Amino acid sequence: MQFPEGLIAVVKRDCPTCLLVDPILKSIESRGLSVTVYVQDDPTFSSNSHVIDDRGLEYSFRLGIETVPTLIRITDGREAARAVGWQRAEWEALTGLAALAPELPAYRPGCGSVSVEPGIAERLAVRYGTRTMQARRIEVPPLEDEFEWCFERGWSDGLPLVPPTEERVYRMLTGTTRDPNEILGAMPPNLSPCSVEKVAINAVMAGCKPEYLPVVLAAVEAALDPVFCLHGLLATTWFSAPMIIVNGPVREAIGMNWQGNVLGQGNRANATIGRALQLVVRNVGGGKPLEADQSTFGTPAKYTFCFAEDENTPWTTLAEDHGISRERSSVTLFSADGPLGCLDQKSRAPAGLIYSLAGSLRGINHIDIANAADVVIVIGPEHGRVFDEAGWSKAEVVAALHEHLQIPAQDLGMGTDKALVSVADVPPTMPKFRHGGLSLVRAGGAAGLFSAIIPGWLMKGSLGTDPVTKEITP
Amino acid sequence: MKAILLDPTGELDPIQRAPLTKPASLTGLTVGLLDISKARGNVFLDRIEQLFNLRGVSTKRYKKPTFTRPAPISLVQEIASQCDVVVEGLAD
Repeated sequence: MQFPEGLIAVVKRDCPTCLLVDPILKSIESRGLSVTVYVQDDPTFSSNSHVIDDRGLEYSFRLGIETVPTLIRITDGREAARAVGWQRAEWEALTGLAALAPELPAYRPGCGSVSVEPGIAERLAVRYGTRTMQARRIEVPPLEDEFEWCFERGWSDGLPLVPPTEERVYRMLTGTTRDPNEILGAMPPNLSPCSVEKVAINAVMAGCKPEYLPVVLAAVEAALDPVFCLHGLLATTWFSAPMIIVNGPVREAIGMNWQGNVLGQGNRANATIGRALQLVVRNVGGGKPLEADQSTFGTPAKYTFCFAEDENTPWTTLAEDHGISRERSSVTLFSADGPLGCLDQKSRAPAGLIYSLAGSLRGINHIDIANAADVVIVIGPEHGRVFDEAGWSKAEVVAALHEHLQIPAQDLGMGTDKALVSVADVPPTMPKFRHGGLSLVRAGGAAGLFSAIIPGWLMKGSLGTDPVTKEITP
Repeated sequence: MKAILLDPTGELDPIQRAPLTKPASLTGLTVGLLDISKARGNVFLDRIEQLFNLRGVSTKRYKKPTFTRPAPISLVQEIASQCDVVVEGLAD
């Protein structure tokens, strides 16, 4: 876009400083300089002879105006100098004129440009900017309700979606420095290429804020790690869904919950980050219930399951257990069915609490099954205090639980594969959980001598899923 | 102004929604005949019903209270739960 040689000023009537400088612009013109005035709201406002109506804000957008008035000198078709607001010395230097409006104060700050007002900035960026969206554009027919339209397209998990307009997706993409066209991987079950932009579209629909996007992107990357086995997890007749646990400074930065009702509703970041991952699987991958998703029961966790860990405890964090220090943010994905409560309001020493937790864990999948599904145990603050006061580390608790979870061989019903192992070969006891199959995290409300046991998918390790940790990058 | 939405899917399906698959035969199915309350719609549907019945296809008759508004939800649900196929008499 070409701008006229000489001086250009961008102003709006709804700005006291612009009202103040209007006569100055006129006087600059009368002293023989060329001045073109772009007006953002009311083109009748300026008394100069060259006035351009910029109510469409394209000029303001292309000039990168953030404040009005802005005075710019164009020389040989290029911007040579710029002054923002009214500052006499700057204006005098820029125009080369002495004694500009000596009766006025030397300095008055400007007002915000209309082109950077919330909502307008995104619209202008979509209309005039260089970033073009790769995704197919779908016109909602006139008179159709766009929320109903999203349902009818089959995009929804059953709850309303935020319609993914270009402006909203543009705003979402400002949450990351990553290239929107970057492909994160092939999303099962259809193995469709999953770009950053597609994730952003689904994050908009899920209700995410732009600052949540890096967390969602890390969760999608973790889910796409072959070790996580997302395709199998989606397709299984078992209950499980992906569960996201967030560690590091991002938890506070975006206002996540690791306290009361941590596994429940009500926190936007927790709720929408988990939902965004599920919507990516549904829409980009095509993973829908009664199609590729053959779950017998499913689980409420398939709507969303995401929470943060309480890192204000003596224990190592989940991220530290996976090699990521506290200064960095990360997500860890597990398969998860849903939480079961473990009650122990009497134990004031670790031994009793280990007995209670081990007893509750014994029934996972089946009372007599050994080598059961992996489990995440969320230790509540009041249970955590019992371990902390006795000086028990997380590793000590895990070791004690494994010790108490050796199943006597004579009790092994469906847990042994009797067709393959002769009775003589069965050891006297077998572990209820595989080595590394118990992951402990800390979270929950201050009151309540409870912990939450969250079992995952029956298929684990090389035959199924393993937890995956990914660092969150901007 | 038309709203423009960005496609959140893998873009494997066409933008237009595909119509439902038509049944290969009407044997054993129930055909609903919906009169939208426009003049002489009944004449048309009477004849259609005759022709269906001659071919051994069972029919059920329904009527919207007025053609000016969408069918009441209860009527839509009644038809959906009782019929496999619907013939709607549109216009005069």
